Amino acid sequence: MARPPTAVDPESSPLVEARGVSVSFGRRNVLEGVDLAVHAGEIVTLVGLNGAGKSTLVRVLLGIVRPSRGRVVRAPGLRIGYAPQHVDRDPVLPMTVRRFLTVGAPATRGRLDTLLAEVGAGAILDHPLSEISGGELHRVLLARALLREPGLLVLDEPLAGVDVTSQSELYRLIATIRDRYGCGVLLVSHDLHLVMAATDTVVCINRHVCCTGHPRAITRDPAFVSLFGRHVANTLAVYEHSHDHHHDALAEPVPIDSGTRTNPDTPANDVRAAVERGPGRAPDDGIARDASRATVAPGLTESSERPGPDARGARP
Amino acid sequence: MTEDFFLRALAGGVGVALAAGPIGCFVVWRRMAYFGATLAHAVLLGVALGFLLEIEPTLAILAICLLLAGGLALLERQRLVPLDTLLGVLAHGVFAAGLIVIAFMEQVRVDLMGYLFGDVLSVSAADLRFIFAIAAGSVAALAWQWRNLLSVTVNEDLAAVEGVPVQRVRMLLVILLAVVIATGMKIVGMLLVLALVIIPPAAARRFAATPEQMVVAAAGVGAAAVVAGLFGSLEWDVPAGPAIVMAASAIFAAGLLVPTRSSSRRRE
Repeated sequence: MARPPTAVDPESSPLVEARGVSVSFGRRNVLEGVDLAVHAGEIVTLVGLNGAGKSTLVRVLLGIVRPSRGRVVRAPGLRIGYAPQHVDRDPVLPMTVRRFLTVGAPATRGRLDTLLAEVGAGAILDHPLSEISGGELHRVLLARALLREPGLLVLDEPLAGVDVTSQSELYRLIATIRDRYGCGVLLVSHDLHLVMAATDTVVCINRHVCCTGHPRAITRDPAFVSLFGRHVANTLAVYEHSHDHHHDALAEPVPIDSGTRTNPDTPANDVRAAVERGPGRAPDDGIARDASRATVAPGLTESSERPGPDARGARP
Repeated sequence: MTEDFFLRALAGGVGVALAAGPIGCFVVWRRMAYFGATLAHAVLLGVALGFLLEIEPTLAILAICLLLAGGLALLERQRLVPLDTLLGVLAHGVFAAGLIVIAFMEQVRVDLMGYLFGDVLSVSAADLRFIFAIAAGSVAALAWQWRNLLSVTVNEDLAAVEGVPVQRVRMLLVILLAVVIATGMKIVGMLLVLALVIIPPAAARRFAATPEQMVVAAAGVGAAAVVAGLFGSLEWDVPAGPAIVMAASAIFAAGLLVPTRSSSRRRE
């Protein structure tokens, strides 16, 4: 259980921290006693089932929703760059991508061109916002967040509606941005596999914090297993340990279709996972990622019907 | 044909159009049309309370509109009834209440038709000063808060994170909308006043590539509709308020034949 290399100093004071945050809408408790901190240079990912309170927690940290109990502490002078999950882009509002980017703060055309190139969005500055694709919109939202030169980048489901190839690209991009700007990153995602691949700390919430830790450790946490189901946890664990344990998996007699192995470095057990999920799922890069995408969805459906009582018991 | 009352009607109508078009853009962008209709239905209750409390009717209308907006914000917290239904309940509730209060006021004769359908040809010099003060004030308020208003319109969460006082900006829009309705009511009446708020921006969208162009075009379309409607009313001897609204609708319909600027610049 070696810690992945990270530039984070856990002793430094966090950029933003939630302390015992509870939120209730009417009689419904959405969050209960949540603790969470994001440090500079750290990528923290919030995972959890639908309705677990992920987005509410983000809105509390952003200062949009006031917690009913507990408090949120932000580093003095912290600038937050935020990319929401969804932006309404009704064509009745005539607005180009350029205008959308600069509505919060002015910027030169050269700066915007550079920024769009950096997030891989291409020359779409003069396109109407309502006509760009979903993937382009995610990049534009990321660009708008970066335009503020943020100390903390908050991205709510930055991968929703983005195809698989672009997803891994976008994840690499987020890591690159963290390295280049040294900002903290708070991600919300339900794509567990990609989360595991590119995160320093995973925080799994189901109204309260079920478990928190480094991606490798967390897939073995009983609370995580009970929330997402053993199937999902195992698939993720297979991926995490593929480099030191792949011969274990090879012991199982599973036919491997070498035609799906576009990446020669891909460990065989990842291919096994991919094949197990059924044919026609051949990914075009990093087979393991696609394998997980195939398994996560049914796992989530299954476990959402019986939100495990153990999860609560395992609360730290 | 250039009688004083007609010139005053022209000036008053154009003044209201200049205020209504720009606010109307935000009503259209933010999908507040039904909210505006609800505010317009409160006009009668405002007028009645104005008479009862002996205060200026326009002020009473404003007060009722703001109460309504506040009440709506509270009612929105219940989740059983959707927002458009809630607005329907409020609109008809306050309209009926207005009719009943007016029926009780036996000592005052209220020109009900005037409030329902407007009486643009009776606009006085004092009305004109009031209308232009309102128009100047609301356009100035929009210009002053333009960036914040646009930011909140694009996305409220993003605006909040970027430091825009979202609640205050929303409140400003509600106040401006109430002011425009209370003023425009004199020209086309409470049943048609929302037409001056919504139809010009809807027509202007075709001719605009930026939010600023749309606001200017909406004011222009509204003013053109007032002029065309009043001359049409004079020419064919039809009621002035409905003639103005028909003219605005005709401009909207004609605009549908023009290709939009945004789709003429197809990508790739």
